[in-house]
Amino acid sequence: MGFNYLTTIIFLPVAGAIIIAFLPNLGHRCIKRLAAVFTFIPLALSVFLFCNFDKSLGAAGVIQFGEKVSWIPAINAFYHVGVDGLSLPLVILMTFLGFLVVLLSWKIDLRLREYFAWLLLLETSILGVFCSLDLLLFFLFWEIEIIPMYFLISIWGTGRKEYSAIKYVVYTLFGSAMMLAGILSLYFTTGSLSMVDLAQSGLGSFTAVIPTVAIFFLLFIGFAIKLPVFPLHTWLPDAHTDAPTAVSVVLAGGLLKMGGYGMIRLCVTIFPQVAHSYAPILVALAVVSVLYGAAVTMRQTDLKRLIAYSSISHMGYVLLGIFALSQVSLTGAALQMFSHGFITGLLFAMAGLVMHNVDERDLRKLGGLARQMPIIAVIFSIGGLAALGLPTTSGFAAEFLVFVGSFSSTTVSGIQIYTILAVLGIVITAGYILWMLQCIFYGSPLEKYDGVKDADILERAYMFIFVAVIMLVGIYPAILTDIIKLGILPVV
Amino acid sequence: MNLELFIPELSLAAFAIVVILLDLFTRRKGLLVAVSLAGLVVSAGFTIAMWGGGSQAIFNNMLAVDNFALFFKLLFLGIAALVILASVDYVSKFARFRGEYYALVLLSTLGMMLMAATAELIAIYIALELTSISLYILAGFLKDPKSTEASLKYLLLGAVASAVLLYGMALVFGFTGETQLGEIARTIQAMPPQALLASPALILGIVLLVAGFGFKIAAVPFHMWVPDVYEGAPTPITAYLSVGSKAAGFAIILRVFYSAFGLPEWLSLDWGLIFAVLSAIGMTLGNVVAISQTNIKRMLGYSSIAQAGYLMVGLATVGLSPAADILGRSGLLFFLASYALTNLGAFIAIIAISGKLNSDLIDHYSGMGKRAPLLALALTLCLISLIGLPPAAGFMAKFYIFSGAVHHGLLWLVIIAVINSVISAYYYLRVVKVMWLGQPASAEKVPSSPALRVALSISCLGVLLLGVIPGYIMKLAEVAARMFIF
Repeated sequence: MGFNYLTTIIFLPVAGAIIIAFLPNLGHRCIKRLAAVFTFIPLALSVFLFCNFDKSLGAAGVIQFGEKVSWIPAINAFYHVGVDGLSLPLVILMTFLGFLVVLLSWKIDLRLREYFAWLLLLETSILGVFCSLDLLLFFLFWEIEIIPMYFLISIWGTGRKEYSAIKYVVYTLFGSAMMLAGILSLYFTTGSLSMVDLAQSGLGSFTAVIPTVAIFFLLFIGFAIKLPVFPLHTWLPDAHTDAPTAVSVVLAGGLLKMGGYGMIRLCVTIFPQVAHSYAPILVALAVVSVLYGAAVTMRQTDLKRLIAYSSISHMGYVLLGIFALSQVSLTGAALQMFSHGFITGLLFAMAGLVMHNVDERDLRKLGGLARQMPIIAVIFSIGGLAALGLPTTSGFAAEFLVFVGSFSSTTVSGIQIYTILAVLGIVITAGYILWMLQCIFYGSPLEKYDGVKDADILERAYMFIFVAVIMLVGIYPAILTDIIKLGILPVV
Repeated sequence: MNLELFIPELSLAAFAIVVILLDLFTRRKGLLVAVSLAGLVVSAGFTIAMWGGGSQAIFNNMLAVDNFALFFKLLFLGIAALVILASVDYVSKFARFRGEYYALVLLSTLGMMLMAATAELIAIYIALELTSISLYILAGFLKDPKSTEASLKYLLLGAVASAVLLYGMALVFGFTGETQLGEIARTIQAMPPQALLASPALILGIVLLVAGFGFKIAAVPFHMWVPDVYEGAPTPITAYLSVGSKAAGFAIILRVFYSAFGLPEWLSLDWGLIFAVLSAIGMTLGNVVAISQTNIKRMLGYSSIAQAGYLMVGLATVGLSPAADILGRSGLLFFLASYALTNLGAFIAIIAISGKLNSDLIDHYSGMGKRAPLLALALTLCLISLIGLPPAAGFMAKFYIFSGAVHHGLLWLVIIAVINSVISAYYYLRVVKVMWLGQPASAEKVPSSPALRVALSISCLGVLLLGVIPGYIMKLAEVAARMFIF
């Protein structure tokens, strides 16, 4: 077993966090550069993994780059990490975001040391969730994320930040409490914490300590809070709105995906029968999330809140794709997670930039900025168009796959109607995205905004990366779907 | 007569006496700390030397020397060492009775060590009183009104609890005619089931024992003394009470109930359910009331009531699982070790901070992240561990103890417990919030003494170690849980 790529990717950020937190006499520039280095290496490594990933069909369901070491013999827990077609894109997503948010945070000057330490710890925990193949390890990383988020929102946030932070923590803890009960039940049903074994054997030959339906929903609630699914979504607008820009990007781009990933990895893989029999309800819930989320977004006047609510609607597509339970729809759901991570990340980054440069977040008071900040206007528009699923952007590819997959799915009767209803969500999305862009950038220029800054060179650099990935996946989605398929094939 | 098996206790008693005598002759009170610590280390050395040896009984089966007892002895010695380190500054403010303070800490440790080993009702009572009486005095050591009130309240309620306990013991003795736990078990198992059910004496005796021991571990509804005593007692003693006395209580409950009343199965199911219900009530009440506290010592008092609730999940598991299954017991032992480190760490940080502020109010901790970053970080780690979040020990402890409970059909209790952890996050994080988000009242730094720093580093390292690589301690807990002789 050669070089431990995944361990390095997961733990480099936290190593950076420790150095930044405890090394005395670090200058501000030095801290930022350290953070950039400690997030860039994982990014480079994950791209390297992507290139060396075995993409042949024979690799379907095979864990690659696995590492397994005995961790706690007393409860049969292993330090077991590895990636397959499902998790690799999410790892890449997170390493990208981890690096980009460091660049995004370049202008932060409040309590810099703590800020970057928490940010890097956050990246480690999310990467850990995507790479873990042991339930205890998975749950450990899942829980670690809470503390950095709490600090990041409550110290560097805006508005009712402390309220939003504690709301986030209580919601998440409630979800993970349910999840813990589910994981423990699973553990004692099978006597194993290995997610690989569970995925292979399922629960077929075991008698569960409690009905499997109960285990399924204990886990599902934990993931549904994170995704979020209506009606468990109310933490999201608050947390997103009040978080600092970089944290909103990680939250929307990386954290929400933990929910969708968990649903595919645990709920659908281990309990195919339960997923099958409850799919109608869950698909209906997905459509409600899409439409309700979009409708509520329509009437937001706060820039960040608007983007935050749009996530609920977009994550509804993920839920729809997952529980339509066809190979195409699941691939679409996984691609949608990746794509949404970049698109919403870009939107939040742009919104943060507008808010930072103009110092105004109320859409009714903004206007005509296209003239004062042309670059931001163009990039923001590209992000917006990607969000509403314009062809050649990744948003189109992902949503198209979800719709095709769920329309042709045979698991749920009448899913065609649900799919058509969900497609309507796109129309509403177009409505609020275009309205938002119009409010910010078009109309006659306002005098009070004369002389506001446009994007500087660093900001242009990360904008370029965002847009490049979105377009690349939009034009040639097979670059990812070929990999995702390998992860999805054993599930369905 | 195997006197060599009694050496840890004998040496500790000798050192306690040396401390008292030395106090008469020396003006350098630092020496007292050194001698006390030396006593603990020597005793721990003897204890470790016995580890892994076969289980034996001494003094006509009154004391058991098994791995279970040794595990707890080491735990108590470690706790006492940290408490003494944490007391150095605190005690140096006293004008008189410093020697007595350290001697009393050693004596109550001796009592706890005996509690972990006793296997006979009368010896249990004596060990319990040795521990308690030392602690009654220590609680009143400050001699201000609050401390005196704490001491008196503790004494009075403790005396009532002892009476209840004695009454329970008397009933059990009356029913079985034995005081030795193994004999009691044999007598009960030899009786026909109808005979057990015909007389309420045994059940009543068990209920009274639960009440008497429940006082020690701060189980609801025997928790009334906790907030006042915790608030009034000197802070190192509060720390000691919250971990040492509680761990000793759990040790004795485990031994008595598992050894004497472990069979027949319906009997152990009965007391298992009693503990399950007490656990559910305890953690809910402790957590809910803790939310509204403004004094950090009181808050941790209620939090310790809640933690006792989590610990009782382990007792309920022991009751509900077959006798051969060790998961409930080892989970409880691991939780106790992790809880001891965590709570001690939290209290040590509080001693350092409050010693400078002269206040225990949570609001006064405002901006501590700027005034004492390392202390605030340590306290944050301990509070995170109390919530049960990784990478701290509390996370693993909860996972371990709950996993046993789920295994034996206590999923309902586990769900109550995990929801309770969510509630608890609210008040633990409030302290964190005040420390890191609040504005400091002054820019003045909060210093801490070397002794406190050592003690705090040890407990924080322990918390992290148990949270990240708990395998070794879990193994110890398993070995200890397996070796019961009575």
